[in-house]
Amino acid sequence: MERKKPRLAVWKFASCDGCQLSLLDCEDELLAVAGALDLAYFPEATRGEVKGVYDLSLVEGSITTAHDAERIHEVRRRSRTLVTIGACATSGGIQALRNFADVREFTSIVYAHPEYIHTLETSTAISDHVPVDFELRGCPINKGQLVDVVSAFLSGRRPNTPAHSVCIECKLKGNVCVMVAKAAPCLGPVTHAGCGALCPSYDRGCYGCFGPKETPNAPSLSAWLGGMGLDAKALERVYRTFNANAETFRKESERHAEQDNQG
Amino acid sequence: MPSKTIKVDLLARVEGEGALKLVIRDGKVRRAEFNIFEPPRFFEAFLRGRHFTETPDIVARICGICPVAYQMSAVHALENLVGVSVDGPLRELRRLLYCGEWIESHVLHIYMLHAPDFLGYDGGVQMARDHGDAVKRGLQLKKVGNEILQLLGGREIHPINVRVGGFHRTPRKRELAPLAEKLKWAREAALETARWVATFDFPERERDYAFVTLNHATEYPFNEGRIVSNRGLDIAAAEYDEHFEESHVAHSTALHSRLKDGGGAYLTGPLARFNMCFAQLSPLAQQTAREIGLGESCRNPYRSIMVRAVETVYACDEALRVIENYEEPDTPCVAVQPRSGVGYAATEAPRGMLYHRYQIGDDGLIQDAQIVPPTSQNQACLEEDLIDFIGGFLDLPDKDLQYRAEQTVRNYDPCISCATHFLTLDIDRA
Repeated sequence: MERKKPRLAVWKFASCDGCQLSLLDCEDELLAVAGALDLAYFPEATRGEVKGVYDLSLVEGSITTAHDAERIHEVRRRSRTLVTIGACATSGGIQALRNFADVREFTSIVYAHPEYIHTLETSTAISDHVPVDFELRGCPINKGQLVDVVSAFLSGRRPNTPAHSVCIECKLKGNVCVMVAKAAPCLGPVTHAGCGALCPSYDRGCYGCFGPKETPNAPSLSAWLGGMGLDAKALERVYRTFNANAETFRKESERHAEQDNQG
Repeated sequence: MPSKTIKVDLLARVEGEGALKLVIRDGKVRRAEFNIFEPPRFFEAFLRGRHFTETPDIVARICGICPVAYQMSAVHALENLVGVSVDGPLRELRRLLYCGEWIESHVLHIYMLHAPDFLGYDGGVQMARDHGDAVKRGLQLKKVGNEILQLLGGREIHPINVRVGGFHRTPRKRELAPLAEKLKWAREAALETARWVATFDFPERERDYAFVTLNHATEYPFNEGRIVSNRGLDIAAAEYDEHFEESHVAHSTALHSRLKDGGGAYLTGPLARFNMCFAQLSPLAQQTAREIGLGESCRNPYRSIMVRAVETVYACDEALRVIENYEEPDTPCVAVQPRSGVGYAATEAPRGMLYHRYQIGDDGLIQDAQIVPPTSQNQACLEEDLIDFIGGFLDLPDKDLQYRAEQTVRNYDPCISCATHFLTLDIDRA
């Protein structure tokens, strides 16, 4: 008898759709993935829906509405393994910039009828709401890592996603350091690996889209960046991009915001 | 005929999250609501106070499906603002980047999202069981588009190589050469795609749309051109606000766009481009359109899948032209200095025109931003399609009627993630 295939579900919260698109961008592997897993719920790709409990849930996006704050609990209840994909789901994404501002003011800037808009004052990671089995970083995620996470699930091993910094990836690639050679501000020393040191390979500094690495020393990097001419305002912005609410980046940006206010 | 309401709580095979409601009374569709319930993400608000050079990286995150369109509209608007023009090989490379995005986005829509409607499958993966060769061809074709994005942009989603003034690094001729071989295959595959989709069974429904598109004298529109319509509009991007208005309705977090002075709903995207800019398509793309029976114009939105296939042929052709004529530029970027002012640009995203306006100060910080994505602009037109067309399908059982309504939405390849980041002009303002 054919063994029943594990059921895969792909969920979306506040996001740009890019991380779930990464699955469809696995052109060479997509049909193999679809052969090994039952695509039970994946509205971006299929109308079909198998109701019930899912063996593997991939969750994209951050929690920004009261409705989504409830829905994620339902998703957790129906998921044996829950993996978050991307910066929104793992740190609140770029929409977490609201966490440093007044969301009512944001609403009135963007919408003619703010009263039609229902949104939370914060954008938060999935793990702030429910237990998460594994977090895949990146804005967007690296599709090679996504395929590894899915194969790891199928074979019952741990995903192979190194926790070191982008600097190590740069060294492995043989890149010349853009900070040393070109005085380009670079977040590589504090940023989680995963992109393959993409930005330095294109002659620019890393802007931190994979979020903080394990045990980063952001104040030390900030001192270097300050020496290169970045003022407090610029340093605040450097840490406030696609992982603004990840703890290390948040704290470091707040430290510079405070300095800027004391001016 | 009984009264009924057809509801689709979550539309499948579109980018982002939306729903649909049709109210049917006395044999007529009385109301159609395309409901975008994607949570708002406030890009226009948090762009304020950012340095203008950060814009291409930030606006890419509006949409994972068409980040290049956001980057291109932003850099053109900001270059317009600071008074810089990007020509020669850098301009050509931007066209090449846009070719990559058109190929991957159009092919994703054709094979994975839209074709299943015509062949009766829930999705592309299910369709692959019976149409394996076609789906494999689609995936490989999409991959060639993504390889352009990878080489020129660093990665397919949220490319890192675009900056105001040009690129961070430009490719060497020898890096582009292997792409040319793949594109020759892709051009053939795009032709096969056009022939394949032409065999589908299309409902014979047409409407007299107001088409709005960029138009350029010598090239099919990507980055530049005047905003024109088949109703006599012919303006620069800077005049956009004088001719278009947006309103905010309760049932959607995206805004509805209309032409001012009673011009009403309008259509932007592949059908508009095809009808208004046929003469600028490459000879091969024109020949393909004729061969598959489109001719030079098409007002049937269900046939938009054929038009997308023709545009894919064009994008492969155009990418090859750029690569074959490419000369390495001396510098990857034109120098840009901030100055206070307002800048405007519109470009052609795969699913339609995308308009950006920025105001910055002498310090280079953004004071105000307006972004009008294609799906917001098409929203009113899409609801009119539903009211017009679905009335002709009311004798179908509810299940089939719902399917037809969903397909009518999917004709647009709506990108809902994009559409929620829409900034209104405050039309309530005195």
